[in-house]
Amino acid sequence: MRPAIEIASTWIVLLLLVGIPLYGWVRGVKVYEAFVEGAKEGFNVAVRIIPFLVAILAAVGAFRGAGAMDALAKVLSPITGPLGLPAEVLPMAVVRPFSGSGSLGLLGNIFATPGLGPDSYAGKLGSILQGSTETTFYVLSVYCGSVGIVRYRHALAAGLMADFTGLTASVIIARALFR
Amino acid sequence: MNIVFVLLFVAAAIAGAVKGDVKAVGQGAFDGAAQGVTLAIGLIGVMALWLGLLRIAEKAGLVDKLARAVRPVFRPLFPGVPDGHPAISAMLLNIAANMLGLGNAATPFGIKAMEELDKLNPTPGTATNAQVLFLAINTASLQLVPTTVIALRASAHSNDPAGILLPTLGSTCCALTVAIISAKLLERVWR
Repeated sequence: MRPAIEIASTWIVLLLLVGIPLYGWVRGVKVYEAFVEGAKEGFNVAVRIIPFLVAILAAVGAFRGAGAMDALAKVLSPITGPLGLPAEVLPMAVVRPFSGSGSLGLLGNIFATPGLGPDSYAGKLGSILQGSTETTFYVLSVYCGSVGIVRYRHALAAGLMADFTGLTASVIIARALFR
Repeated sequence: MNIVFVLLFVAAAIAGAVKGDVKAVGQGAFDGAAQGVTLAIGLIGVMALWLGLLRIAEKAGLVDKLARAVRPVFRPLFPGVPDGHPAISAMLLNIAANMLGLGNAATPFGIKAMEELDKLNPTPGTATNAQVLFLAINTASLQLVPTTVIALRASAHSNDPAGILLPTLGSTCCALTVAIISAKLLERVWR
């Protein structure tokens, strides 16, 4: 399954890279000029999102650096453990909305821990959780930052609700299948 | 967002003080700030590449065609976006790239979509209903096959690296449904 999808993705990228300029050229578009014109925006967009990313990542950096993530996980674990969210996976759930690489690192730790590993309940639950939730804060900062939106309205609430649903569903599904 | 921003710093300060390691709080913030710049700069290359290709597709009429083709699906979800608007094809491309796991293409398309949606925004600086719904869809992980997780499981010698595929898909569907419903319901309350 994995090789098939990876091959398909690779081919789709190739198809876009070759197909779009070729199609444009056939349709009489000045493809080189159009490309350069569009690409120019890439730089501006990246610069525009810097303040938004710095704001959220500095706040999250302070929060993690202080050990507040671990403290939060410690406070919550007596409640979440009996519900099917073991103490090993809880930090992942806390980190996930803020940092995708952070939660992936924690998942790697679970895989590498003797007695747990990728085929343990914790390993499987963590895998499902990582795959079914998103880095909500990163998504909001990048996308809103690119157009200068500072008032997100209900976007944060909806995003966190999606993450919480992903977490709950992961636990329910993992409990039903793997425990 | 204002409250989240303050809360993170206050919680950090309290946790740092309790642990007696106040220095780590500042250091964490500085590291985070530097990381933000690195991330943004790192996006420039792929962003320029995809936005360049997108401009060719626009001029060749491809974007327009795409927008017309998916009109029936997007109309009920995004009633504020007119038929055939370029925002629709940008959103479609973003969602398709996300589903296929083409992360570096998804972000430029998503940004393009936000820009196009912002052209319809009567109140710049505040997100519109369409923008919030689009963001909500993006905060639910849309990837059909979680390739990174499967690869990590394989490298950790799992007996069944891809065994979590269907469970992940099930959980993703729940998250996506809740994302759309909550965006739609909250848009009436949160103005």
